[in-house]
Amino acid sequence: MASRSGSEAAPSRLGGGADLEIQGVTKRFGDFVAVNDLSLNVPEGAFYALLGASGCGKTTTLRMVAGLERPSAGRIVLGGDDITGLKPYQRPVNTVFQSYALFPHLSIFENVAFGLRRTKSKEVKTKVGEMLDLVQLQDYAQRRPAQLSGGQQQRVALARALINRPRVLLLDEPLGALDLKLRRAMQLELKRIQTEVGITFIHVTHDQEEAMTMADTIAVMNAGVIEQQGTPSDLYGHPRTTFVANFLGQSNLLPGTIRDRTGDEVTAEVHGTKVLASHVTSDVREGDVWVGVRPEKVTLHASGEGHRDGQNRLPEGEVIDVSYVGVSTQYVVRLPFGQKLMVFEQNTGERPPFTVGDRVDLAWLADHTFLLDARQDAHAGADLDDDA
Amino acid sequence: MTALGHVPGPVGAAPPAPEASRRGLSGYLLMLPGTLWLAFFFIVPTVTLVASSLYDPSGTFAEGYQMTWHWQNYTDAWSEYASTFLRSFLYAGATTVACVLLGFPLAYAIAFKAGRWRSLMLVAVIAPFFTSFLVRTLSWKLLLSDNGFIVGLAQALPFVGEDFRLLATPAAVITGLTYNFLPFMVLPLYASLEKVDPRLIEAAGDLYASPFTALRKVTIPLAMPGLVAGTLLTFIPAAGDFINAELLGNPRTRMIGNDINDLFKSSVIPTAAALSVTLMAAIIVMVLFYVRKAGTEELV
Repeated sequence: MASRSGSEAAPSRLGGGADLEIQGVTKRFGDFVAVNDLSLNVPEGAFYALLGASGCGKTTTLRMVAGLERPSAGRIVLGGDDITGLKPYQRPVNTVFQSYALFPHLSIFENVAFGLRRTKSKEVKTKVGEMLDLVQLQDYAQRRPAQLSGGQQQRVALARALINRPRVLLLDEPLGALDLKLRRAMQLELKRIQTEVGITFIHVTHDQEEAMTMADTIAVMNAGVIEQQGTPSDLYGHPRTTFVANFLGQSNLLPGTIRDRTGDEVTAEVHGTKVLASHVTSDVREGDVWVGVRPEKVTLHASGEGHRDGQNRLPEGEVIDVSYVGVSTQYVVRLPFGQKLMVFEQNTGERPPFTVGDRVDLAWLADHTFLLDARQDAHAGADLDDDA
Repeated sequence: MTALGHVPGPVGAAPPAPEASRRGLSGYLLMLPGTLWLAFFFIVPTVTLVASSLYDPSGTFAEGYQMTWHWQNYTDAWSEYASTFLRSFLYAGATTVACVLLGFPLAYAIAFKAGRWRSLMLVAVIAPFFTSFLVRTLSWKLLLSDNGFIVGLAQALPFVGEDFRLLATPAAVITGLTYNFLPFMVLPLYASLEKVDPRLIEAAGDLYASPFTALRKVTIPLAMPGLVAGTLLTFIPAAGDFINAELLGNPRTRMIGNDINDLFKSSVIPTAAALSVTLMAAIIVMVLFYVRKAGTEELV
């Protein structure tokens, strides 16, 4: 990033392409800091998700890329060109708005053609026809937006933005107004279209499942900053903050203290029991930590049985709640020191399920253990993963 | 109207028959005041007016009028007052254009830019109605008079001669009309603009429309219902107005309203009525043509 200083108008340098760089961007509304010194890099052709609860600054970030808000500080660079000061209509960027914002007085054809007409593009009819084919609305060209269903309107909004071949397509909660079933279908549809057109997508959402299904890279945002970014499996498997651990799926966080560290193998002690964590990527090196494990990574064994080498094991738990949910059974297990853990077990039928009151040991692999700084709130982000 | 008589009941529970007929009856009862009002204040006067226009022109107020189906009243009136008609429509047209040019930016500002000043600005638009139309027009007479400060200032400007006058010119009449009918343009325009979703304007900007193009392609088309209502509310009364021409004009700026007024006063009722009916018919034809042309059916 630093190497670019002073060469503002370097058009598409080798490897530069249409990468989007947000450099130290801050946005204040009066006293409220919506986005705080945010930097991120979206490579050309990526499907990038900004994930966070409502009010975390993700939509503001998107609007700054679109040019609808002006950053209080920082720069936005697209393919080597500084676009921070450009008006929305001067940017090679298009948006799919949450409310779709289709023009009610224009036909579907004219809605989709709107951008082409502004840029005096040729072959409008052919291009609009192709785009309507892509979103499977060829028979609706002469209708008005109000005559279409929510899902169809969403596809028109997508077509209207995509037809301009923007360097970056911004999607602001594009599926938020759809019902669950349609949303699932549209997720696959969006992913298909993105692969087909190869344009960079930046997708803002509060739905973690939506982000995980579609995006190659997810940035989890909280209170105006990016908590962590990475691939979906990376974020899920190796969260670096309690917010990410709780916001993406569910986590069990146990209080522990680091006893030993060799390379990326760390041994921590949880209420007298040694727990090994391998492939630790977080910066915690010593002192108190949260020892985390996902509920589905834990297996239950009758007390004292089923020992296997290389497993972490917390003995002497008591099953206090069992709920059967078809594919799996969800247990709540209370440990001797009083903390309750969640355990999801697949119903493989290998052994009969445990019942309330059973004594069990909990086991999981060192690979599935993650360590987090103990100064953070263990419940951060825990109640936010539902529809905000 | 019948919808007013419909009492919302639980869905799916079919009301028993007597209930339904009572509902139908109450619908008609509710329509009664409106129907009576229309009959007394619209149908009867219109019929009387049309009838008067066909009276024998030799009658007077004192001796009474004879109904002789005298169609010649019309042709006589048209040949004598054609130029006044033309002038009335010209002035009303100029007034409407001036009202759009002044009213649109004002309504736009109130709808999108006023913020917490919005209510105050709306009150300011309506405030002139607290005094009489006549008093307000008379004060324009003072403002535009030869020794008023506006004319004084204008005369001091270069290229404006010493003999520059405002009062008793067509400009004064159109200014007065514009002033008096501006609120009728601003209010419907505001009502339409206020309903325009600002996100649509944002979307237009996102799709490479400059602010001016967004205004032309999105905001104005969406404000068409208000623009049509505003132009009708301005043009129609302005075409029939006589107060402004009377107080601010001269004998060569007379509008059709002045002639109708004078004819009635000198009890030449048939000609006056024929002129009134002609004015009404001309306006109806123009409005029908205009509304069809503006194509607002699909917006409202």
